[in-house]
Amino acid sequence: MSGIVIIGAGECGIRAAVTARDTGYQGPITVIGEETALPYERPPLSKPDDSGAVEKPITTLEALSEKAIVLKCGVSAIAIKRDAQEVVLSEGGSLPYEKLLLATGSRPRPLNCIGGDRALVLRTIEDANAIYAAARTAKHVVIVGAGLIGLELAAELRTRNLNVTILEAGPRPLGRNVPEQFATKMALRHQGAGVGIVCNAQIASCTDSGVVLNDGRIFEADLIIAAIGVVPNTELAASAGLTTENGIRVDSRLMTDDPNIFAAGDCAAVKTAEGTYRRYETWQNAQAQGEVAGRNLAGGNALFDIPVWFWSDQYDLGLQGVGDTSGSPAAIRDLGKDAEMLFFFDDDGALVGAAGLGRGNAVAKDIKIAQRLIGVRLDAAALSDPGHNLKKLLRAA
Amino acid sequence: MAEWIDACATDDIDEEDLIRFDHGDRTFAIYRSPNDEYFCTDGLCTHEQVHLEDGLVMDYVIECPKHNGQFDYRTGEAKRAPVCVNLGTYPVKVEGDRVFVEI
Repeated sequence: MSGIVIIGAGECGIRAAVTARDTGYQGPITVIGEETALPYERPPLSKPDDSGAVEKPITTLEALSEKAIVLKCGVSAIAIKRDAQEVVLSEGGSLPYEKLLLATGSRPRPLNCIGGDRALVLRTIEDANAIYAAARTAKHVVIVGAGLIGLELAAELRTRNLNVTILEAGPRPLGRNVPEQFATKMALRHQGAGVGIVCNAQIASCTDSGVVLNDGRIFEADLIIAAIGVVPNTELAASAGLTTENGIRVDSRLMTDDPNIFAAGDCAAVKTAEGTYRRYETWQNAQAQGEVAGRNLAGGNALFDIPVWFWSDQYDLGLQGVGDTSGSPAAIRDLGKDAEMLFFFDDDGALVGAAGLGRGNAVAKDIKIAQRLIGVRLDAAALSDPGHNLKKLLRAA
Repeated sequence: MAEWIDACATDDIDEEDLIRFDHGDRTFAIYRSPNDEYFCTDGLCTHEQVHLEDGLVMDYVIECPKHNGQFDYRTGEAKRAPVCVNLGTYPVKVEGDRVFVEI
């Protein structure tokens, strides 16, 4: 009998499988994973220990077997036959499905310049191990891209005493999803540690000896890493005739144009209340969308609407953000010990997002409270007053 | 051999909050519930060994500051992924204005 088939054995796919079963789904559940390793968490890949990347399993074979979830590792789906409701597998044969989830994730955007294939990327455990193996003998590292992954790697490699330079095409680091004042603080922390950050850098080529910019500047490098974002894996969906455009388009139930096919995680572009489509690339999103998809695969009617949350650890600093943190903050809260929270409102004075930066997990509690306050109209003066307990706002909400 | 240790004063912990308590080479978390009861668990989350001291307490749930795993701090039971291993819990008693834990 056909059951639930999930393509992609990362955080999202596994979460969906477990949720579908925990929700009471009785039929077969099969998860197909392209990678040969058992499903593992990706966040630890940028935080290696002395022996290299840390492989942290998401689950165990025993736990999956207890829930009667079949995992096929090292197998990819090469086609979806929508009429027959079958997935064609790389190992030959096909799997029938009643409901299908595409949790195909994303892949690193390649560096598009002469010699761009010399740059290593970070996505898989093999990628991570290749980077840390090269770092053992390298002296000069150039990281292309000053996003979160680029900066996390810079912090890690600088701590190993490598000479690190970050080349960023945009006008400032962390330009995409971090409030400007925090991006500035992070950049200063890196520069204080001796990391070079060069903005507005247009790369002409990568050579044996380094990276050459369009303006002729040359940066010596025996290790080049490209951390310039990801491309969603939409090819399988597109070839099956599903709508894709910077992601597989889904409604807030995470359903594609085909009511039997869902998409979730990095690969999904979810319809917003405004009618636009948004794709999220965080670990927590993979988990949250995986849970929504799992419920709906099992016949539920769950909606994805929670604000997306992220964290990034660099040196001794912890950065966290939730919701929409674009524009200017409506309130700034000083938590002491150099920790700070920023709160962002919409035009009606309702909280739409918050970000925090401090040592270790100093901002974690306030971010969690902010997450629960999203959509609530708040008093900026109360938020800015460190003596005013945020939990009181939560209880009043 | 477990023994009762004088850990803190009752008002060292805010209502519906927790503090870290270190003893010997071990680390614990002591909680004060919204109903003014006290509980004690292991200090480190079972997922990635992050200390729970910066986590958020809501009712009887502690949420790990890092990855949003949740535990019921009365029983140590893991309540939400990514955590799946329960926290150890320890007996607590209040005498006067002092909190004692049996560890």
